[in-house]
Amino acid sequence: MGDRSPAFYWLAAFFGAFVLFLYGPMIVIFILSFQGPTGGLTFPLNGLSVHWFERLWRGGGIVDISGAFQRSLELGAVVMILTVLLSLSAGLAFRKRFAGSNLLFFVAVASLIVPSIVTSLGIALEFRLLDDFLKNHGPSWLTGDLKTTMGTFTSGLGAHLTWTLPFGLLVMFAIFNRFDSRYEEAARDQGATSWQTLRYVILPIILPSVIGVGLFGFTLSWDEIARSSQAMGEHNTLPMELQALTTTVTTPEIYALGTATTGVSFAVIALSILSIAMVRARQARHGSDAGEA
Amino acid sequence: MSSKSAIGGTGVPGWIQAMPFGLVFLFFFIIPLILVVIVSFWDYNDYEMLPSFTTRSYTENFEGCLAQLPDLCTVLKTYVSTAKFCFIVWATTLIIGFTVAYFLAFHVRTTTMQMVLFLLCTIPFWTSNVIRMISWIPLLGRNGLVNLALTRANLVDKPVEWLLYSPFSVGLAFTHLFTFFMVVPIFNSMMRIDRRLVEAAYDSGASGWQTLWNLIVPLSKPGIVIGSIFVVTIVMGDFITFDVMGGEQIASAGKVVETRLNALQFPPAAANAVILLAVTLLIIVGLNRIVDVRKEL
Repeated sequence: MGDRSPAFYWLAAFFGAFVLFLYGPMIVIFILSFQGPTGGLTFPLNGLSVHWFERLWRGGGIVDISGAFQRSLELGAVVMILTVLLSLSAGLAFRKRFAGSNLLFFVAVASLIVPSIVTSLGIALEFRLLDDFLKNHGPSWLTGDLKTTMGTFTSGLGAHLTWTLPFGLLVMFAIFNRFDSRYEEAARDQGATSWQTLRYVILPIILPSVIGVGLFGFTLSWDEIARSSQAMGEHNTLPMELQALTTTVTTPEIYALGTATTGVSFAVIALSILSIAMVRARQARHGSDAGEA
Repeated sequence: MSSKSAIGGTGVPGWIQAMPFGLVFLFFFIIPLILVVIVSFWDYNDYEMLPSFTTRSYTENFEGCLAQLPDLCTVLKTYVSTAKFCFIVWATTLIIGFTVAYFLAFHVRTTTMQMVLFLLCTIPFWTSNVIRMISWIPLLGRNGLVNLALTRANLVDKPVEWLLYSPFSVGLAFTHLFTFFMVVPIFNSMMRIDRRLVEAAYDSGASGWQTLWNLIVPLSKPGIVIGSIFVVTIVMGDFITFDVMGGEQIASAGKVVETRLNALQFPPAAANAVILLAVTLLIIVGLNRIVDVRKEL
């Protein structure tokens, strides 16, 4: 193909500009979140400080940020676990033929494409009608002090799962497409039951990718906002609070919140990469007798 | 041989393994969508929805639309404006996304470097969209860096106002947020193109542009269509980007639904959601005509 063509340098410059376009604005707000106490939303920097992070931590001025922070973390953790378990199980199911598999795949992809506000509205309607039904027909021990069945871990959890599970399933497809099924044939030939094959052969091999699915599930939930908008009940998640703050807060505190939120995302990524590396190292050490684990 | 099942995990039947996954979609996707359609035909008053059949929510939406023609009524104007945003964002993300994917797939030589550069593009995707939106404020605001540079260079007398909270900033934010969704599927399609075809084209005397236009673009079509579906449906249903970047001044199809919901008018919100869904599906069916997406996954 010869040496680099002129086209390469144009394209490389274009790519560089694209990366700058992606990162530039974010780097700017990370810098501005360390604005001095008298600084504003734009440059110049009036000194460097962690003043706005302190304010954020104390909860001064901004309503219920720590509550929202905690709720989003808890919800993200539950979504992560369920996304891994349900996608793994469904991924295994799709390797066999089963009635309705085409329909299920279609529904999962449709869930990504239907506008989030429509799904969110539907879930809100469902729980409202359920509330009405329970209040009118439910047993009194249940309806005595029932306000609403909507909440972070009922309607909210469901809304997030309709967003994370399709991605989880698609990743599972990718994992099993590359999976060498001779490993499980070998295990079966040596008399392993199907449960043993799953536990001692398949799972250890695909574990790094499964951690990846969990990471994906957590971050998708942690940043989700459109589907949450109508389905969370009375308590907002962190991104929803952040969106509300964009119209009311005029101090760098909002940048500090942005930096802190991004910090959590990156910490989770780092943690996942670390555990994937550890699993890989372990696989390398036990390479010849992986089934012993 | 204790198990006679073909490949695939435990001896449990597939439909049982898929059941929990399916139930989530039944309760949080299918039933909610059905309810949206049903409730869109319900009546309502100031306090509650009334379960009796009426097409009021639809007719009120389009009230006076026929009489006003050829002038557009509010709801049609909103849809035309949203469609315009869809088209502009689609065009910019496609051009940028295709160029980036083309560079990565055909001009970066080692696989390691490809992966490193690809990951570099994905990292911002792990940050909240709202944060990526507000990160434009220090750049585009009245006292932002862009205006500072323009006034210092004496290109303008007073700060430019249309940079932020304007159709421009909405389009810019969409491009910033969602070009990634174009890069991934197009890159994926390009990586599947047999390199020998490119060499054959080169050997037969095709110029770089001819190879690009007659070989690479057609073979990247599946990726282009998948990316287009993602971008178009996101912009069609969006209400957050329009809100945050448009300074609450720009109407959109998704925002109509949200506004009705904030007023607790569920049947009209549902009717608008059904219209939005129908328009979105029409666009997808149109794009699907170009290529059978399922074959390409």
